Amino acid sequence: MDKFMFGRYIPGDSWVHRLDPRAKLILTFIYIGVVFFANSVWTYAVLVVLLLASIFATGISLRVFLRGLRPLLWLLMFTVVIQIFFGAGGHVYWQWGWLSVTHDGLINALLILMRFVLIIMVSTLLTFSTQPLAIADGIESLLSPLRKVHFPVATLALMLSLALRFVPTLMDEAEKIMNAQRARGVDFGTGGLKQQVKTIVPILIPLFVNAFNRAVDISTAMEARGYRDGENRTKFRELKWHRQDTLSLIIYVVFSVVVIGLRALQL
Amino acid sequence: MDIAFEKVNYWYQAGTPFAVQALYDINLNIPAGAFTAVIGQTGSGKSTLIQHLNALLKPTEGQVIIGDRTITPETKNKHLKPLRKKVGLVFQFPENQLFEETVLKDIAFGPQNFGISEEEADKLARQTAKMVGLDESLLERSPFDLSGGQMRRAAIAGVLALEPDVLVLDEPTAGLDPRGRNDIMGLVRHLQAEKQLTIVLITHQMDDVANYADHVIVMAHGHMVRQGTPREVFSDVAWLNENQLELPTATAYANQLIQKGFTFDPLPLTADELADQLVPQLAKQGVADHG
Repeated sequence: MDKFMFGRYIPGDSWVHRLDPRAKLILTFIYIGVVFFANSVWTYAVLVVLLLASIFATGISLRVFLRGLRPLLWLLMFTVVIQIFFGAGGHVYWQWGWLSVTHDGLINALLILMRFVLIIMVSTLLTFSTQPLAIADGIESLLSPLRKVHFPVATLALMLSLALRFVPTLMDEAEKIMNAQRARGVDFGTGGLKQQVKTIVPILIPLFVNAFNRAVDISTAMEARGYRDGENRTKFRELKWHRQDTLSLIIYVVFSVVVIGLRALQL
Repeated sequence: MDIAFEKVNYWYQAGTPFAVQALYDINLNIPAGAFTAVIGQTGSGKSTLIQHLNALLKPTEGQVIIGDRTITPETKNKHLKPLRKKVGLVFQFPENQLFEETVLKDIAFGPQNFGISEEEADKLARQTAKMVGLDESLLERSPFDLSGGQMRRAAIAGVLALEPDVLVLDEPTAGLDPRGRNDIMGLVRHLQAEKQLTIVLITHQMDDVANYADHVIVMAHGHMVRQGTPREVFSDVAWLNENQLELPTATAYANQLIQKGFTFDPLPLTADELADQLVPQLAKQGVADHG
């Protein structure tokens, strides 16, 4: 788990770290939405520039971001290969039975790869620069209009923050259990597929048992301190919208308009 | 099997922005057949240290020599398995690793991973269960139905069934009642005396250190700050206080008596030693009072 960077928070005090989590959530969604409008070299160039500028504003080096891509490398390569071989249309460069490499297939593979990378990078940017609990607060606040239709926003937010809070705990625990089983002679990551699937059992069962026990303990502890569902509770950390948040939003909207404009002009 | 650390440095998550150094320039020896205690505050690097003993962690710099194997930062993860059989490691709260349907199967899990046949492993598991004091009737039950103390013993049996030469235990008595603690410590002592196992024990119970250990390693903030016999380590009371380490009960009691005018040489570590030195002094005082 040591090398697992995806989805982690890196403490800092940059422009991006100080943004309101709601703003960051909105920016991320805008960006992801706009990625799907991009369809040409120029539109992607605009998105890459925006992403690089945003990464620069986090004060975290680009290398760390690229490291975050590493666990997903196989997924990326798999998608690209599928796209290259099974995409059809345009000039045929190479053919073997029903496998073929075509012009459109290559272009599509490239586009999909770009989309994947951009989306992963921008989500990484959100998690690198925002504490999980702040994200949960942000989501709760953004969803709060749904209260009007009796959607249990507070409960959802509580579930979300509990889940996020225990991701690192569970990862630590998984690592401890793996080490304990290693000490009993389990080889992780060697042998055939069947062998490897078998090694998952000695991790998952203790992990689940412990997680359930902990869940019971937590609910007892919460009740012991008087927690009741559905109350209108106040927050210890209140979210504040600053001028930087509005400014960032404007920048993202301008870039989005440019991308959509470029697409409309077919550039 | 002797174990030696040479200039070992260890970083968690080396090469990432989260890199933290956990061990600094560790040089130490763990003699074969001895009972070595590792003491130090929480976060002093004890657990990190012992995970080097069976190469679950490899030094970021320096080397660890375990019997005839030398573990360096370049050592590959393959072929470490024979080492894991020789050095059994019981983690903190080992009951968290139980997973099989029955206690017996769980104890037999380790030996089977090392290529021992099912029947052999079954036999081994029964023997080990007896050794740790688990009743026959419990062996066919689910490990999750056992009491806390029984689960702990089953988990320790799971490591002992590997028949290791070196047994490393990370706070095996944490969270147990006094009786459970005595049982476990009695077992560990028995393993060293009767089975000639090399024992490495992490503990916060200074009485256990005084009663059982031949050799003490003191860790603080990732450094090994002292090593020696319990007598050497516990003789420097001022230094121990400074490092927020407790004294064994007998030693602490003797220290209070010293302030009342009693004298001890050497400073007693166990109740027996305390009594041996105290009785003549009390007798003398009794004579003085009444005479």
